[in-house]
Amino acid sequence: MGRTPAGNSFLKTAHTAHSEGSSAFAKPGEQESKAAELELLGVSKRYPGQREPAIAGLSFTVPAGEVCVLVGPSGSGKTTAMRLINRMISISGGDILLGGRSVLARDARELRREIGYVIQQIGLFPHQTVGENIATVPGLLGWPKQRIAVRLRELLELIGLEQEMAGRYPSQLSGGQRQRVGVARALAADPPLMLMDEPFGAIDPINRTRLQDEFLGLQAKVKKTVVFVTHDIDEAIKMGDRIAILREGGHLAQYDTPREILTHPADGFVAEFVGADRGIKRLSLTTLAEMKLLEPNGTKPGALRAPASTSVRDALSMILTANGEPLAVIDGNDRVQGLLTLTLIERLLAEEAAANGKGSGQ
Amino acid sequence: MTFVAPALVPAGPVIPNYSAHSSQCVVHNHFFCTGWVSHNWGSVLWPALRQHVFLTLIAVAIGFAISLALALAAHRYRVLERPTLLVTTFLYTIPSLALFELLVAPVGANIYAAEIALVSYTLLILFRNILTGLREVPAEVLDAAEGMGMTRRQALWRVELPLALPAIVAGLRIAVVTIIALATIVYTIYDKGLGVPIHTALGEGPFKTELLAAGALTVLLALAADALLVLAQRALTPWTRTRVS
Repeated sequence: MGRTPAGNSFLKTAHTAHSEGSSAFAKPGEQESKAAELELLGVSKRYPGQREPAIAGLSFTVPAGEVCVLVGPSGSGKTTAMRLINRMISISGGDILLGGRSVLARDARELRREIGYVIQQIGLFPHQTVGENIATVPGLLGWPKQRIAVRLRELLELIGLEQEMAGRYPSQLSGGQRQRVGVARALAADPPLMLMDEPFGAIDPINRTRLQDEFLGLQAKVKKTVVFVTHDIDEAIKMGDRIAILREGGHLAQYDTPREILTHPADGFVAEFVGADRGIKRLSLTTLAEMKLLEPNGTKPGALRAPASTSVRDALSMILTANGEPLAVIDGNDRVQGLLTLTLIERLLAEEAAANGKGSGQ
Repeated sequence: MTFVAPALVPAGPVIPNYSAHSSQCVVHNHFFCTGWVSHNWGSVLWPALRQHVFLTLIAVAIGFAISLALALAAHRYRVLERPTLLVTTFLYTIPSLALFELLVAPVGANIYAAEIALVSYTLLILFRNILTGLREVPAEVLDAAEGMGMTRRQALWRVELPLALPAIVAGLRIAVVTIIALATIVYTIYDKGLGVPIHTALGEGPFKTELLAAGALTVLLALAADALLVLAQRALTPWTRTRVS
């Protein structure tokens, strides 16, 4: 999806550009962060006394700095697969490499301190302040107080919380704030990998959209390797650079970019899982900024307007709601940049179909 | 005349001391004689109160240590919960007077027998409360602790025990008040505590002033100890007072 730079392969060692000790004293904007490639090699999990494995021969690679979404129906083992990575669940077969090193060769506690961990219920420590919560892993790693204080300030700024919130208790925060603190806590020791298990699952739809957008913005800055579990295919399409679709019994049905999965579902299961509306979902991958638009040409401004960051899917919905009226695309200064019509959307689909027809390796 | 008149020698804690400090109030056994209380504070009431505090503190401290160990074990190994509950409930239901007497034969009529009996009455209360507190720590909080790389011991000391504190203090409050009340019958085997003046007063008719004074001290001691524990909990668990509506 072009969110990460090309040539990630050299990032096998866990550092992108992490010069010794510099990150603790760098200003938030300039801070360089770590990310590592994650490789699952024929990983399986079998619980004693159960015939069928929970995870069967799972193999895929997440390039450093990319978001991989594990998605699938309940019973597909997506959370199990995630918890195998930081060895919260023991691996029965195969291997997992983080930054080229087998996780099995590491001390489990040490490994976990190097992997950010965010769960749906967040699990903030209710008896500790926001600051103490965020400082958990640096504290376990034995960072000096001074370094922890600097890092805490940096992280609060990164997640957009006032510095004085550091003294509050989790019970004094809103759901969205708690979620952000959970993410900050996971990021605290600058881990090369983040595991996120339905992190926005317990949040209402409006705030969920906002938190998703915030996280994408954050990820654009910190560029972590992320394994993100959800059961919601729309969230997967929105958040993922790559999506791993799991089916019952922990089998990998397809591992690809959202666009590929929507355009070329590997089989009937995937097609059904992404839904009959996958054509429309594909439109959510394109924003108005990427569209060829009609010249405004002094035509009437129109009641219908949307910023260029809107997805074509949402724009289509707006046009349909307004009975086909063209939509004015505006820039940050509220100036009309161009008009979007149904015809232009049809043309986009036709172009994509043509491009897929010849370009795809499927 | 080589010997001093015996009347000039302090009489010691012989109660009530009609001969030395008898007033009209005491002689007629009125409802409450402040004069008697002030005369006997230093020789009778204050020592008894101090002994009572001492008896209670030792019993609760030892009981807490044993209960904490038992609760931690039962928290880790669930199978231990039922047998522990069975034994501590059994101890709790033994009639207290009988238990004191039963202990005299093997241990002797001394402080050890007294403390063994008192400790045995704290176990059920403290064990149950500590274990409940540990069990009530939310699963996701423990999952987060483990996922961030805490060891079992770190999770216990940094997360589980602090979060169990309100339940633990609730247990301590019940235990302390129970033991303060129960320690008034320690006098049956060991001559210490507020039970001694109460017993003496009962043997004298009853002598109302002493009975009331010692009884009131017992109640006030219980209330003060309870208040202290509430204050301690407030200081130790600031997060429980910060709910935002």
